[in-house]
Amino acid sequence: MNKLTSIDKELLAQIADLHKIPEGSYNIRKDGELFARNSSSDIEIVSKKNKPGIDIIVKSGVKNKSVHIPVIVAKSGFKDIVYNDFYIGNNAEVTIVAGCGIHNNSSKESGHDGIHSFHIGKNAKVTYIEKHLALGNGSGGKILNPVTKITMEKSSFFEIQTIQLGGVSYSNRNTVASLKDNAELVIKEKILTTDNQEAKTNFKVNLLGKNCKCNVISRSVAKDNSRQIFKSNLIGKAECFGRVECDAILLGNASVKSIPEIDAQSVDASLNHEATVGKIAGEQLLKLMTLGLNEKEAEEVIIKGYLR
Amino acid sequence: MLELKNINYSVKNNDNLVQILNNINLTFNKGITVITGQNGTGKSTLIKLIMNLINPTAGKVFYNGLDITDLTIDEHANLGFTLSFQQPIRFKGITVRDLLNIANSKNNKLSDACEYLSKVGMCAKDYIDREVDGTLSGGELKRIELAMALAKGGEVFLFDEPEAGIDLWSFDDLISIFKNLQDKIVIIVSHQEKIIQCADKVVVLDNNGYNVYNHIEALDKIKKAQCGKLGGKNE
Repeated sequence: MNKLTSIDKELLAQIADLHKIPEGSYNIRKDGELFARNSSSDIEIVSKKNKPGIDIIVKSGVKNKSVHIPVIVAKSGFKDIVYNDFYIGNNAEVTIVAGCGIHNNSSKESGHDGIHSFHIGKNAKVTYIEKHLALGNGSGGKILNPVTKITMEKSSFFEIQTIQLGGVSYSNRNTVASLKDNAELVIKEKILTTDNQEAKTNFKVNLLGKNCKCNVISRSVAKDNSRQIFKSNLIGKAECFGRVECDAILLGNASVKSIPEIDAQSVDASLNHEATVGKIAGEQLLKLMTLGLNEKEAEEVIIKGYLR
Repeated sequence: MLELKNINYSVKNNDNLVQILNNINLTFNKGITVITGQNGTGKSTLIKLIMNLINPTAGKVFYNGLDITDLTIDEHANLGFTLSFQQPIRFKGITVRDLLNIANSKNNKLSDACEYLSKVGMCAKDYIDREVDGTLSGGELKRIELAMALAKGGEVFLFDEPEAGIDLWSFDDLISIFKNLQDKIVIIVSHQEKIIQCADKVVVLDNNGYNVYNHIEALDKIKKAQCGKLGGKNE
């Protein structure tokens, strides 16, 4: 097995909180190839035969297990595309840590498109953490286009945390979910864009089953000349509850467009959205300055808290 | 010693210039000064001017002989000025511990937080990792605001209506906070009789200007004014 370079290690630490090869199940993909894998009886990882990617099969009833599946793109100009399918058994409880780190010091464009499908069994409970980061000073684009498709069986719970905190020049994130009776989906998104970066996110959630719930919480900070577009669409087709909260802070010449859409197709659907876009509240800056911080320090504290 | 010299503050309302503060000359020494008066007479404005949250239209502020009129807010803070806001500010993702760490420039442990929060009647364990946001009640936010002022410390304390939102049962705790600061310059904007009673000096602002009294004279004036409004004899 090849050794991890110091850049690889830095990327892994930041996107998957991995400071060494993890215990338990993992699959590390580097520049389009399998770098390291550990498949266990509880969480089986199998390569796909007809296209790049893996199947991750979590056995029914597995409790308190985790699986790490980070991806590194370190070769300049490399464009990776991968199809990962997750099959989560009934009553299983698992944390999945994904994420992609790109390092690009060249003028060529590097990218990763991760197409993930989740099949969440009855009563299963899943936390999915997906961090995105790009490093390197090259002028070449660092592009990420994650697609996440989620099918939730009755009484299942799925929390998705997507975090993109810098360096990614362009991202287009598409998430589609369908929920059956009593299923609950929580989406937490945090995005920081700087320079001329552009980030698009698009959530579409079909609330199909009785008493299913969805809560989307998006917090983002757009600095410099960056641009963000947030779009969410909750469709309520049963007695269900859905809520979208989108908050964005603008700095410099940045812009944020928020398009929350709710579509209640049942008289018993209860859906709401809140969106706030604007600069940092002046009174927050003033308060922190009265505690001794200068304006720049106060701004940093507010942003750090916001994206925590 | 803190001195306000010929302080004026006016704002534009459409095309009219509205004078909020007119030629204020005040000196504050160590001890408690309460600023009181009816709504709209410029009490909070005066406190904000001292800390330079707003600039005076004319006049100067001196602290121990140093002209501090144009110092920035954080320069005031680092010089020992501490302001407790009338309406506490809410944040997203910032905890009580984060604010304490900023206020006293250290990594506060639970025992450190307890020192400040217990003085405002709060158990540190229940609050230290709470976000300072809308999940806290107005009264809780106000207590945290006061605790931040104590954690920051300093030489000049400015409290803008500290009693607002604090329940009556906690009033004695509030008074003891002020009494413990008597070796500092403490300026409190307040309407509360109990707070006025603990003042060494009371500045009463009205639309025509201001007067300085001791607390007995001040309470007497306020009672007579209230009585007059209610139709009694204004004696």
